Amino acid sequence: MGFGPLLLLALLEGLVTAALLALMALGLSLVFGVMRVVNVAHGEFFMLGAVLAWVVSTAFAGHPAIGFIAALLVAPLAVGAVAYLAERLVLKRLNYDPEATIVATIGLLYIIQQLALTVYGADARPVQPPFNIRIQLPWFGYSGYKLFVIAAAILLLLGAWFVLARTRAGLVMRATQYDAETAQAFGIPVGRVYAYVFALGAMLAALAAVLIVPVSQAHYLMGRDPLLLSFVVVIIGGLGSLRGTVVAALLIGLSDGIISTLFFSPTLAKILATLLVALVLVFRPQGLFGTAAR
Amino acid sequence: MNGASTARIWLLHLAVIAALAAAGFLLPDYHRGVFSRILVLAVFAMGYNLLLGYCGLLSLGHAMFFAAGLYGAGLPLYHLGWGMPASFAAGLAAGSVLALVVGALALRTVGVAFMIVTMMFAQVFYLTTLYFTTWTRGEEGLVLPPAARRVELGDVVLSLSDPATRYMVALVLFSAVLLVCLKLVRAPFGRTLAGIRENEERMRMLGYDTFRAKLGAVVVSGVICAAAGAAYGLMFGYVGSGFASIQYSILPLLWVLVGGAATTLGPLVGTAFMVYVIDYASGLTTAWLMLVGAALIFVVLFFPKGILGTVRERWLKWLP
Amino acid sequence: MAALIETKALSRAFGGLKAVDAVDFRLETGEIRAIIGPNGAGKTTLVGLICGRVAPSSGTILFEGRDITRLPAHARVMAGIAYTFQITSVFPKLSVYDNVALPVQRRLLAQGGVSRSALDAGVAEALDKVGLTGHAASLAGDLAYGHQRLLEIAMGLALKPRLLILDEPTQGLSDGEIEGFIALVREIARDATILLIEHNMQVVMELAGRITVMNAGRILAEGAPAEIRADKAVQDAYLGTKTDG
Repeated sequence: MGFGPLLLLALLEGLVTAALLALMALGLSLVFGVMRVVNVAHGEFFMLGAVLAWVVSTAFAGHPAIGFIAALLVAPLAVGAVAYLAERLVLKRLNYDPEATIVATIGLLYIIQQLALTVYGADARPVQPPFNIRIQLPWFGYSGYKLFVIAAAILLLLGAWFVLARTRAGLVMRATQYDAETAQAFGIPVGRVYAYVFALGAMLAALAAVLIVPVSQAHYLMGRDPLLLSFVVVIIGGLGSLRGTVVAALLIGLSDGIISTLFFSPTLAKILATLLVALVLVFRPQGLFGTAAR
Repeated sequence: MNGASTARIWLLHLAVIAALAAAGFLLPDYHRGVFSRILVLAVFAMGYNLLLGYCGLLSLGHAMFFAAGLYGAGLPLYHLGWGMPASFAAGLAAGSVLALVVGALALRTVGVAFMIVTMMFAQVFYLTTLYFTTWTRGEEGLVLPPAARRVELGDVVLSLSDPATRYMVALVLFSAVLLVCLKLVRAPFGRTLAGIRENEERMRMLGYDTFRAKLGAVVVSGVICAAAGAAYGLMFGYVGSGFASIQYSILPLLWVLVGGAATTLGPLVGTAFMVYVIDYASGLTTAWLMLVGAALIFVVLFFPKGILGTVRERWLKWLP
Repeated sequence: MAALIETKALSRAFGGLKAVDAVDFRLETGEIRAIIGPNGAGKTTLVGLICGRVAPSSGTILFEGRDITRLPAHARVMAGIAYTFQITSVFPKLSVYDNVALPVQRRLLAQGGVSRSALDAGVAEALDKVGLTGHAASLAGDLAYGHQRLLEIAMGLALKPRLLILDEPTQGLSDGEIEGFIALVREIARDATILLIEHNMQVVMELAGRITVMNAGRILAEGAPAEIRADKAVQDAYLGTKTDG
């Protein structure tokens, strides 16, 4: 394959990564933006989504599309329920103290990870994609499902933007993010908003997982890398900016795609890329679209 | 703060050290071995506590300082045949240089950006240890031969492969760092850091060069963590990339928060607690991580400021 | 003799808004100067430029003839400029003693060393001046609002500054507290030059030797209290006529 087509392949792979990162980072950004807490277990919600997707889709014999659709509905809801419970039982009692929340979510991480290991096992298991169409480009064939993932993610992000910017629920969330005390004074049930936002963040991560699991595999340790990457995306994009999150996800997803596809020594490339991103933050701490401190 | 409470504080710390010394003779071999590890890791935690608890800076990259000490000491010993004291010094030097550079850059950010930047610098360090695999052997790591981990003082030979010697060396390091930290936090520098933690803008307008103070805190923290890393490598004879991974950045955070941030003895309590909870749980079941997670949630619900932090808040207000 | 503070064409713009517009300001040693003006006139910004919290867009600032425009805020504090915040900015979780100990410590560090006795003496002196001696052990966050304001002033005094800048110090104080404040400022003025931003006209007229009136980022008028009170432009912009009171 010549360089051009190879680059195109790298970009396509990068777009898939970017799509997932954007969804996951959006979930994290909501939680961190509205509740001001760091959820270290965010990656585990992702992993849980993937594992549940495997469980649900293998429960349905017949056409894999049925199992996939079922997984798409069940997994995020189940993960959201887990997150909701965790928020009500633990995070609320801690009064969302930032340091205590970190410890509690680390504990949650350990519990969920161990649960997956015990019940699901240490193996990586594949999930059947709902359809197996291959798009034949002049230079290479590309998985039609991956293009579907990109499209689905774009739709979901547009939906999220619509909810946040144009619905009452979104207004309530943005108001709570901007000033929780004032929001409460206006009659907004801040406690319940927090619970739903936490659940929503987890659901977004689970959705991303269900989308990706047919082309990767479900494994109990798969939450770690996405967690780190989505944190980076949220901060680089600038807190509180949906546009920033998407742009940062694109940047990081595409560069990750380019690095893994084009470079034979990915380690050195990763070193330089990480260093570059870190230096961007050092000299522009508010990220790309965040508001600069005076 | 008066003379009586100062005496009480020093007495408490000396008593803890004395108790640990006695334990070195009284504990059965297994537990003495566990405690050797706990003491060195507690030094790591104390270095981290200086930055998190006293200065209010949450770093997610402290594994790089621990690993700088580990590799800074291990590599010269293994490849260049350096003696132990020189290797240890090299580990400290590596940690301080790294802390100076990283601090100068990372301190331009605050809050979550600082967390991410430190995490990324640590990731770069980790990947670098993997990249130079000819010297470091990456994840597989280097085993430091017992013959190299000995010091001869006249007729006496101190071998770090000997468990009793190991414990004493760990205790000496721990005690030294504990007392240094105690002195630091009660000195003007400690008060300065506390002020920066509480209201940095106000500190600037009171004439403090807060950047320099924070940089100083990062360097001291980095040197202490590097000392722990160098000691760990020399004592247990193994140097590997795993110690530079994100896990070793999360662990000191956990130890400090569980034990009680901004307390001098909290890091020891937190490290001992976590090591023993893991030890105990893994003896009970293969699903021990779940028990550890539950223990963490339990501790944080009942001791929201960490074990010693909550004790200080509710009962012993004079605890430093 | 050089003025204590002199600014030349000092400006600060925030985007399109000129908060401070080419201001030439002069403050002599030993004055008690009040800066007054409507909200948004640029008073806090001007004062922020002088003490270094805000960076200028253009212009120069001189302190005793020395150009301090590039000097960072903490260095200006050590040169002798102290600032108390408009919105009380103490260390709420530290004791009153510790709050004042921080500036005292800073001063002692610059002079060579910090000893326990020097620290205690410095704190006691500052607390005594404002009348908070009995509260030394209380947490700053537990103090009543008026006492927190006094603590702010004590922290400024502990630096033994040449210029003490007070930003709306009487806001939220009761009448009795304001009386005490006026007496306190007269005391402090024996050792330091005072620059205060105030809305309370009674305080301004009683304390100020000279008044600077600002409006829309510029100096509208400057002079003795009687002159200012009679000035037509000032009345139109800010004070109102006699019937408004």
